[in-house]
Amino acid sequence: MNKHFQYVLRMGDNALILGQRMSEWCGHSPFLEEDIAMANCALDHVGRARMLLTHAGTLEDKGRTEDDLAFLRDEREFFNFLICELPIGDYAFTLMRQYLLDAYHFHLYSRLQKSSDSVLAAIAAKAIKETTYHVRRSGDWVVKLGDGSDESHRRMQDALEEVWGYTGELFAVDEVDDYASRKEIGPDPEALRLDWERDVFDKLRTATLSIPDEVWPISGGRKGVHTEAMGGLLAEMQFLQRSHPGLNW
Amino acid sequence: MSETEILRLLECVHDPEIPALSIEDLGVLRSARVTDNAVEVVITPTYSGCPAMDVIEADIVECLNSNGFRDVLVTTRLAPAWTTEWLTEKGREILKKSGIAPPSRCGNADFSVNKIIECPMCDSKSVELLSQFGTTACKALYRCQKCLEPFDYFKCH
Ligand SMILES: [Zn+2]
Repeated sequence: MNKHFQYVLRMGDNALILGQRMSEWCGHSPFLEEDIAMANCALDHVGRARMLLTHAGTLEDKGRTEDDLAFLRDEREFFNFLICELPIGDYAFTLMRQYLLDAYHFHLYSRLQKSSDSVLAAIAAKAIKETTYHVRRSGDWVVKLGDGSDESHRRMQDALEEVWGYTGELFAVDEVDDYASRKEIGPDPEALRLDWERDVFDKLRTATLSIPDEVWPISGGRKGVHTEAMGGLLAEMQFLQRSHPGLNW
Repeated sequence: MSETEILRLLECVHDPEIPALSIEDLGVLRSARVTDNAVEVVITPTYSGCPAMDVIEADIVECLNSNGFRDVLVTTRLAPAWTTEWLTEKGREILKKSGIAPPSRCGNADFSVNKIIECPMCDSKSVELLSQFGTTACKALYRCQKCLEPFDYFKCH
């Protein structure tokens, strides 16, 4: 498979699957302002997914559109990080996952603005502004709830323990990442990890949360091997296009 | 027809989410080019997931179709990325009249740090943030501490 295509496709899949998960809160968040904020952030991710998947389709050069890639692939053909597909859980889990990924996206898209792939650089220039607002919001919540009541602290700590094992995958390196960083399409994953850890450790300390000990890393998404939760997500997301192929607005 | 005349025709295309604002005032409309009987219009999207962009594209086609141009091509250009600096002076006034505080003049450095925000109703600078996301992703929700009116603030991007 074309490595450049694969690199962009993975990024598109992360945006799409995370955006789909976040959108599940629409109408169900704890209060109105939060509901609106969550839905708006979800929209930013889905919008990003559209641009990334369109670009991936161009790179692949087999005539697949953003819709083909989003709605007509099976589970094993999706390459998102597992952390994106995990069920929304309680609001503590959602916010913790959100913060860890927002911090990751902040450093990723900052660097991608200098990508040798000019389309990717343009997408990143747009995405970084959105993510700057995202990470500020989710980071504020992590501190407010971590350093909040006994219950909110306990829930945030539980959420952190639960999700932590999935963060290793964000910085794993295989031949696709290697290719991307050699061609200066994407950043060096190790440098990205150092920046992410610095921000995240700092934020978690401010939130009075304890950073989990080394845990067994859980991975597989980038090989197309997913958690049990992925099938249900795809069934809901793809239902309309699968039952009415080619349906349009 | 010249580019200027095409752009004038397109003044009737407005942002579906802030209907008082034309796409020219919003800074989304970048250029137009006429070749024989076809027109190419270039737009730059405001936000990655802005649902208004599809509507705007359809409205551009419809507007030009009804003015006799049968072949209309709307091209989306991503770079340079749209910024709130592209809102025209008229656009900023329209926002304020619609009860939306226009974005602070931010330049590109530390664009997300909120500068002075004025209540669009009474011009008071004493305002408080209610939510970082308002009725759409591009806005934040504030409340004026003087007239107590809640209002949307168009965030810097
Ligand atoms: Zn006021």
